[in-house]
Amino acid sequence: MLGNVAVVEGALAAGCDFFAGYPITPANEISERMALRMPEVGGKFLQGEDELCSVYAVTGAALAGAKAMTATASEGFNYMLEGVGYAVAAEIPCVFVDVQRCRGENYATQADVMQLRWAASGDHEMIVLAPWSVQELFDHTVKAFNLAERFRTPVIVMSETTIALMRENLVIPEASRIEIVGRARPTVPPAEFVPFRAEKDGVPPLPRLGEGYAILHSLNPHDERGGITWDPDVFETMYERILGKITAHRDEIVETDGYFLDDAEIVLVAYGSEARPALDAIEAARRKGIRAGLLRLITVWPVPEKEIRAAAERASVLLAIEMNVGKYAGEVERVAAGRCEVVRVTKNRGEIHTSNEILAAIEEAAR
Amino acid sequence: MKPSPLTRYLREGSLPHFFCPGCGAAQVLNYFLRAADEVKLDFDRLVGIGGVGCTARIPVYLKADCLHGVHGRTLPWATGIKLHNPDLKVVIFSGDGDAAAIGGNHLIQAARRNLDVVMIVVNNLNYGMTGGQVAPTTPEGMNTMTTPYGNVEPRFDLCELAITAGATFVSRWSTFRSRQGIRAIKKALGHKGFSLVEFVAQCPTNFGRRALGTGDPAKNVQWIEERSVTIEQAKALTPEEFAGRFVLGDFLETQRAVFAGSSTLDRGGDA
Repeated sequence: MLGNVAVVEGALAAGCDFFAGYPITPANEISERMALRMPEVGGKFLQGEDELCSVYAVTGAALAGAKAMTATASEGFNYMLEGVGYAVAAEIPCVFVDVQRCRGENYATQADVMQLRWAASGDHEMIVLAPWSVQELFDHTVKAFNLAERFRTPVIVMSETTIALMRENLVIPEASRIEIVGRARPTVPPAEFVPFRAEKDGVPPLPRLGEGYAILHSLNPHDERGGITWDPDVFETMYERILGKITAHRDEIVETDGYFLDDAEIVLVAYGSEARPALDAIEAARRKGIRAGLLRLITVWPVPEKEIRAAAERASVLLAIEMNVGKYAGEVERVAAGRCEVVRVTKNRGEIHTSNEILAAIEEAAR
Repeated sequence: MKPSPLTRYLREGSLPHFFCPGCGAAQVLNYFLRAADEVKLDFDRLVGIGGVGCTARIPVYLKADCLHGVHGRTLPWATGIKLHNPDLKVVIFSGDGDAAAIGGNHLIQAARRNLDVVMIVVNNLNYGMTGGQVAPTTPEGMNTMTTPYGNVEPRFDLCELAITAGATFVSRWSTFRSRQGIRAIKKALGHKGFSLVEFVAQCPTNFGRRALGTGDPAKNVQWIEERSVTIEQAKALTPEEFAGRFVLGDFLETQRAVFAGSSTLDRGGDA
């Protein structure tokens, strides 16, 4: 199955019943497939007049009770940023898929890894997943919906041209074997409900629009009752909770995968499609007697700090593999904090690394 | 003083409101409450939407679900809400900046689709909340904070735009014409399809003081009224007499299928 199509099937498996998007290559197969599938499953499809329409239709539908998502590509995500900031501040569960592309062309890239984390206005945490295969485009789209619903927050699937436009085998599990998480809903009537008070986990229950709870969903700083206020104490408390609900659950959110880490002296840190040639290169290096391993970051944000730190303590060198000018490498260096050397292995010419290029970097590090 | 019975529709603790003395947007809040009361609107099933600006604050005061705080994106929000749950009543309160400038394309597309929402535009002829800058609705020649030598751009006619784009209920009144305005809101609340009700409104604090040279609310209202003509009166005017007028009236009321999504197996629609 095509990677972009796997995203759609993953979304449907997760219960997605609203999609809005604006045409942009290389994400088009997602909206085209959604246009076909949404009416079949009783969901709604909207081709917005632009990305802003799409992102706000998604947040509106999500507040009305939908499991909603949009898909776009790099520049399209720029336009959506305003809505991402709203979804963070108003705590709206929704899913974004960014099929990264390069400077208006469909060159392969991982150049959005910082944009996805930081570019929305206002302070925020962000959950970003980096699938490396068609199978994971399915799996992580399901996971993205679950995390979005669990934490009342936007979640981003960071796709890439490489995997989005690739066909690979996909195993769709039986529906009963797919874990589905729904948002917490109020258990008390409107008169007793305090809309932005979180009893546990920092995640307030969310009723659907039109259930009589009369909630103000504003971007502006709001108190526990939702009232707009410019009190600095309210502002601080609100953002401590909205950021804290993510940071307090890093272990629940963060997922990594390790290959040959037990005895590795050289550890490659890679995410997304770059982990594919990295793993090939490690196997080649092992055949040459070089003890190399791979720490694959499935969650890129929040940063898997424990796992990177553990790798930095064991290894003599970390290779930060990336298909851009070297962005996430800064995070690897920050977390390694001098525990071992960090070497940047970057490629920024619209092509994925070859395994030979990465092998050469491993051999250089082993010298 | 006994509180107005209409205050039962207001969010608890939301008063006093933040509007300037004599503000037209506050009057439109009053008109909406009267209209909603008369048609017995179910506030539990109401979603009020405001973007950014003075008018955008109107739905914040309603005891109803409300989305607020992003400039120009009221209609995209409404689109997502109405597609997912067509049974909700969605009423948008939009300033002229929200409607005619930053959200202009959304207005065109939502009217074209005949999205089943009520959009109440308070057109106070300038950007009030940000301090009185020129808007696409500012009459030519007017001094504002960003047209200190007079506005050189022709103004937008939002009703004509909505009609051309495909809206199915279009009406314009001024805050001075309260009875007609309330009647228009009632009609819009009962209409299935895209309804636009525009109020030409006074902004004494910013438009009034700079463009008209007076912050007196009554004089601001009077200035609008002196330039207002009904649709029937407008027909008798020469182009020279017509220039600079505000044409008031119910322009259009028609029916056609409402929007139910860009891809649907149900081709019939729901008129």
